[in-house]
Order: sequence, then structure tokens, then C-alpha cells
Amino acid sequence: MTEPEPALSQHVRASITRDGIAVGVATGAYGVSFGAVSVASGLDVLQTCALSLLVFTGASQFAFVGVLAAGGAPLSGTLTALLLGTRNTLYGLRLAPLLSWRGWRRVGAAQLLIDESTAMSVSRDTTAAARVGFLSTGLSVFALWNLATFLGALAGESLGDPRTYGLDAAVGAAFLALLWPRLHTPINRLVGVLAAALALGLVPVTAAGVPVLAAAAVALVAGVLTGGRR
Amino acid sequence: MTWAAILVTAVGCYLLKLTGLSVPAKVLERPLVQRIADLLPVALLSALIGVQVLGEGSRLVLDARLVGLAVAVAALLLRAPFIVVVFSAALAASLVRLL
Repeated sequence: MTEPEPALSQHVRASITRDGIAVGVATGAYGVSFGAVSVASGLDVLQTCALSLLVFTGASQFAFVGVLAAGGAPLSGTLTALLLGTRNTLYGLRLAPLLSWRGWRRVGAAQLLIDESTAMSVSRDTTAAARVGFLSTGLSVFALWNLATFLGALAGESLGDPRTYGLDAAVGAAFLALLWPRLHTPINRLVGVLAAALALGLVPVTAAGVPVLAAAAVALVAGVLTGGRR
Repeated sequence: MTWAAILVTAVGCYLLKLTGLSVPAKVLERPLVQRIADLLPVALLSALIGVQVLGEGSRLVLDARLVGLAVAVAALLLRAPFIVVVFSAALAASLVRLL
């Protein structure tokens, strides 16, 4: 990115922005399910909205409320959410040279660094195009995710007992949908099965929240053991 | 307590994002770190699914949630969008409970 780049044409800019907004609409829509699931897990509407505004990374948010729903301590929820949030760090490493923002722009952009904004900017050829992709996706997901969370939380609250509507089953489905695209290699599938088995084995003998955190060890061990394969 | 946990989660998740955009890439670009970072979400999400679907306090139980998960698998195989997967699982579980 050292050579001066030609400005983006109006046409290209509009096209990237359109794609970003489309991703925002699709992703924002499932903020409804987060809002409903979070309230079903025992958080109130304000806490639910605070999660979407301040944490703003879907898998971590679902994990946080999921651990609380299972009776885990809030701290276990936090640790699980942070472990899941580490992948945003890797996205940042990949995007930093491409976006090349400094100072307060970088500080602001960081909050928008999520799966979708990364996907829509990492493959662009120029800094200008990457920035348009990152911002149009990040901002539209942010706006719609938060609006949808609020609506979902209100709906969830007015429903009463979440079990009647199967919202407790919705949490597992949400995790599965987040996991699904990551099951692309045999190693990943094996790690998934072992981690679930370990967690289930620990459920009867440990405090709630511990089984999920312990499952992180499976990723560590598998990462070390598969070291010689490259 | 819940609020404190929310705020710590928020600050932590933000710093994880900012760190990625700020530190020199070499620090975290080791293959081992990359592999573990790729596997961590897989392990955690799988464990969360297990606990969420089969756990009840400190016991494991088979109930309507498992039917919900099976419906979610079917929806994902049919490439349904996220929100359809989630709500079809909820609908299936609630129908099972009505029976």
C-alpha cells in the first residue's frame, strides 16, 4: 500500500456499499434472536441492549448469555466471551495493513471489527475499497444489530416463560449456526466432538460455566498436536 | 454482578479488536497461535451446544431441546438463513412440549 492509489469510481463505491448494506440487513436480522434469547436467559432489556452496543460481536454475546442461562457465574460468561473474541484480534492483524488507519480513526474502527466487516474488506485490492467495504458493512450491521436486539428483547420479555416458546432450544440452534461454517476440516469436526464430550462429562461434577471453559483445552491440545502438519 | 460482567466483557472484547489493528503482525503470526485461534471457537461453540441442549443444572437430560437441535441441523443442511435456523428450532421444541 505504498504507491498512491487512484480514487474509487462512484460506481465501484456504490456497488461495495450496496453489498455492505445487504450483509448488514441479513446479519442484523438475527439480532432479533439474540435479543429474545438474552431476555430468555434472565438478562433485562437494558442489559441485553448494552451487550449489543458495547460488546458487539455476536458469538461472544450469545456465549455470555448462554453461560448465564445454564446457571454459570457471570465471570465464566465473561471468560468464554473473551476467548471467542480472540478471533477478532486475528482479523485485525490481517486487516491492519490494508485499512491502514491511524489514531482516533483506528480507535473508532476497532469496534466495528467483526466477522462480517472482515469478510467484506479483506479481499479488496486497494485501501480505499477495503475501507468502503469495512465501513459500509460494519456500520450497517452495527445499526441493524442494535435495533434488532432491542426489538427482540422487547418481544422476548412480553412472551413470558421462554420454555413455552422453545427459546431455550433456540440458544443451542444459534450456537450450531455459528459453528456450522467452521466445521470444514476433519480436525475441526474432531475438536468439536471432543470439546462437546468433555463439557458434557464435566457438567455433573463442576460448577456451571466451567465445562465450557474447560473445553477450550481441547483447542489448545489439538493446536499443539497438529503442529507438524504444515 | 451481571452489569460488572457485561462491562468487563465489553472492555475486553473491544481491546481484543483494537490490539489486532495495532500490534505488529509478527507478534501473533506464529502458526501455532493461528491454529489455536482457529480451533478455539470450534471447541467453545461445540461445548456450548452440548451444555445448552443437554444440561439442566448439574444433570444431563434428553428433552424437547434435542428435537430443536435436530431441526436446526436439518435447516442448516438446507442452507436456511440464521434466523430461520434459530426460530425453527424454537418452534419445533415448543411443539414437542405441546404434545
